[in-house]
Amino acid sequence: MRRSWLSFPYLVWMIIFTVVPLALILFYSVVKIEDGGIFLTMGNFKRVLEPIYLAVFLRSIKIAIISTSICLLLGYPMAMILASKELSNKSILVVLFVIPMWMNFLARTYAWMTLLEKNGLIATFFNLLGIELPMLLYTEGTVILGMVYNFLPFMVLPIYSVLVKIDKAVLEAAEDLGAPPTIVFRRVIFPLSLPGVTSGIIMVFMPALTTFVISRLLGGAHFTLIGNLIEQQFLTTRDWGFGSALSVVLMLMIVLTMGFALRYEKENEGGGLW
Amino acid sequence: MVKSLLKKAYTYFIFLFLYAPIIVLIVFSFNDSKSRAHWTGFTFKWYLEMFKDRQIMTSLYYTIGIALASSLIATIIGTIAAIGIIYLKKSLRSILMDLTYIPVLNPDIVTGISLMLLFILLKFPRGVFTMLIAHITFNLPYVILSVLPKLKQLDNQIYDAALDLGATPFYAFTKVVLPQISPGIFTGFLLAMTMSIDDFVISFFTTGPGVSNLAITIYSMARKGVSPKINATLSLLFASVVLLLLIVNNRMTRDNNRKERTV
Amino acid sequence: MKFVLRSLLVTLLAITLIISLVGCGSDKDKPVLKVYNWGDYIDPSVLDGFEEEYGIKVIYDEFATNEEMYAKIKAGAGDYDILIPSDYTIKRMIDEDMLHKLDFDNIPNYKYIDSRFKDLAYDPNNEYSVPYMWGTVGILYNKKMVKEEVNSWKILWDKKYEKQILMLDSIRDSIGITLKMLEYSLNTKSDKELDEAKEALIKQKPLVLAYVGDEVKDKMIGGEAALAVVWSGDAIFAKRENPDLEYVIPKEGSNLWFDSVVIPKAGKNKKEAELFINYLCETEVAYQNADYIGYASPHIEAVKMLPDELITDKTAYPDDSDLVGSEVLEDLAGSLVKYDRIWTEVKSR
Repeated sequence: MRRSWLSFPYLVWMIIFTVVPLALILFYSVVKIEDGGIFLTMGNFKRVLEPIYLAVFLRSIKIAIISTSICLLLGYPMAMILASKELSNKSILVVLFVIPMWMNFLARTYAWMTLLEKNGLIATFFNLLGIELPMLLYTEGTVILGMVYNFLPFMVLPIYSVLVKIDKAVLEAAEDLGAPPTIVFRRVIFPLSLPGVTSGIIMVFMPALTTFVISRLLGGAHFTLIGNLIEQQFLTTRDWGFGSALSVVLMLMIVLTMGFALRYEKENEGGGLW
Repeated sequence: MVKSLLKKAYTYFIFLFLYAPIIVLIVFSFNDSKSRAHWTGFTFKWYLEMFKDRQIMTSLYYTIGIALASSLIATIIGTIAAIGIIYLKKSLRSILMDLTYIPVLNPDIVTGISLMLLFILLKFPRGVFTMLIAHITFNLPYVILSVLPKLKQLDNQIYDAALDLGATPFYAFTKVVLPQISPGIFTGFLLAMTMSIDDFVISFFTTGPGVSNLAITIYSMARKGVSPKINATLSLLFASVVLLLLIVNNRMTRDNNRKERTV
Repeated sequence: MKFVLRSLLVTLLAITLIISLVGCGSDKDKPVLKVYNWGDYIDPSVLDGFEEEYGIKVIYDEFATNEEMYAKIKAGAGDYDILIPSDYTIKRMIDEDMLHKLDFDNIPNYKYIDSRFKDLAYDPNNEYSVPYMWGTVGILYNKKMVKEEVNSWKILWDKKYEKQILMLDSIRDSIGITLKMLEYSLNTKSDKELDEAKEALIKQKPLVLAYVGDEVKDKMIGGEAALAVVWSGDAIFAKRENPDLEYVIPKEGSNLWFDSVVIPKAGKNKKEAELFINYLCETEVAYQNADYIGYASPHIEAVKMLPDELITDKTAYPDDSDLVGSEVLEDLAGSLVKYDRIWTEVKSR
């Protein structure tokens, strides 16, 4: 129990700036303000369960899962390379990895359009080679590309920071004992990097679930995603109650899933996620 | 040999992917046309005009100032908190972790509006201060999620050994623990910076009159067309960061060489 | 240790940087005017001119959409003295008692505003607002890709142009033009008419390349699509960049939009705000603004000063006959939920 008090400033911060605002959102989701009176209602939650909105949830979850998986597949090897000892100026390379994200999101996305459009740079280049490309912009693939692009650093960096400090002696011991590289990876490296992987997945999956500007700009806004729907409620229709209910359901869903994941992990490792 | 070649190729591939749009953005900052749709000629004029645009210049200052301050404060609070979280009772820990996910999970609009309501409720005058608080709030989870895996990896006995050998807790922390978790702290700081620089919605709702960041300025421009002045500003920002990195890198290699020589 | 110290130092530095920024420019005695406007929607020298002439300091901020601005003001998060929202937002703000009535004795230059643009549906007795810029919604098309005459919204439902049509990703505008295509009012609350519009939008969906926002002008300039629904302001800009483009207001009528200057009750400087509105209506200033922004000005004298090719361009200044059947968007209040639902249904197919 010693030193747990160190988390208290954070706890206080979170209570003021996350829990209280959250309570406000919860409040909006269960009340209806009409003719000066405030009434309790479950109408907003009932509406969330209508098939049309469930479809929106499902589509968003699907796209978020695909993007997160691709980020992991692309990001893990990259993190390993960044962490490998051959590189002398690792920290510089790591910084170079996030700098593109410091260029404004809108400007970056417009630049992607310039690349992917029908008359864009990539299509023009392939046309010169005599290759006709299919439409690159405004597909589900483009949305996933956009998400992978924007969230990849959030997968690579936490994995990298864990990999970089894995005790080299452990790896050498495994190799000395005759384990082939694949086994070393599966049995030693990967399990040791799991905390980083978990962090990465959380930092990619959650924003991917609620982002909508990417799907609007690169996907041609053919489909409403959950983030989109929530934004619409808060701004266009000004139905804060329904918007709040949507986000409360989203939160419950994720927290419950995380809870199960935690318990599952506990049974396996006896250690909890962290 | 083949393996290292493969590694190199993969690194180049990923970096090309990350930098392709940035290159486009920089190239188009020299485009004469106001539209990004076609190239009409080479010009430097956007670089000159950008310095005359007071909206862009002040919002650039605020962006950098708030990004630096909020990510540093978040890194400090977050790192300390992460250490505490490790020692929390399991039930409390999982509650605190669930709380940590909320700012990551919530759509920006929900975070932005709910924080705005809170500041109004508390009668905080909106401005730099509230925007800074908001940024710290959404930066914190990224720091904690970066530092925690490192702490989990850390061997607790090292710290205890240092204490046994007579080190003060503070000395043991800075000399033993900190170097071990520093990659995580660094990662958390970088991610926090990234989130802060790029945030539009939450900043929009938590700021007050006279204070706006670059993202707000850029999104507001969208209706009339995002001006190439913005491309110029971003290109210049990019160039300065890279330049800074090169200087740091140079100094680091020089220091390393000196160290090696003395050894 | 060095690391900790160094980072503390940088934090302090950053905070001083911000504080010094806040500190500077707050000349205590000068009266202040807080203006909230769309991005890049005023000639910066107009602001300078006003500051010089009246010795009032202008704090100028920008917003990206009506909705975001409204949400912020409504919650009480911005004590601005001047806002420049669009018509339907103004209507809503009037209904919710968020705006001051203007004292037109303090705004003598109001006489220069074209009487066609006074007393419109969003402010029937013209007590709250002074028009700033105006325009229409129409079809922007590429003459190289569309060989036939374009004069009806129906062309957006023509299979010939499959995947060459850009619609607006905006609930009111997209449903609005569909209602116009069906020859209904774009402010309808009738379930039957809205149902028809929904069916039409679902039928149209496979033909649509994308539902776009502000990026539509670049798309059309670059020849990415044949037809697009656009605001006239975007059309003026796009036509200048690509001469193959033409803009038309369909014969069924369209949406007539206004951005007007209003004084919210949240502000504290009504006198200065009225001074500012009057300044904006000075002929020279209105001309400067119209020239800089490139949208159509409602100021009679300023329009006369503009170059001929601009005034004769029907994109910016359509004849009265082009505007027959056009309507101003009204605030739908409770019925907005129906529109929202339709849009979600269209977008979930």
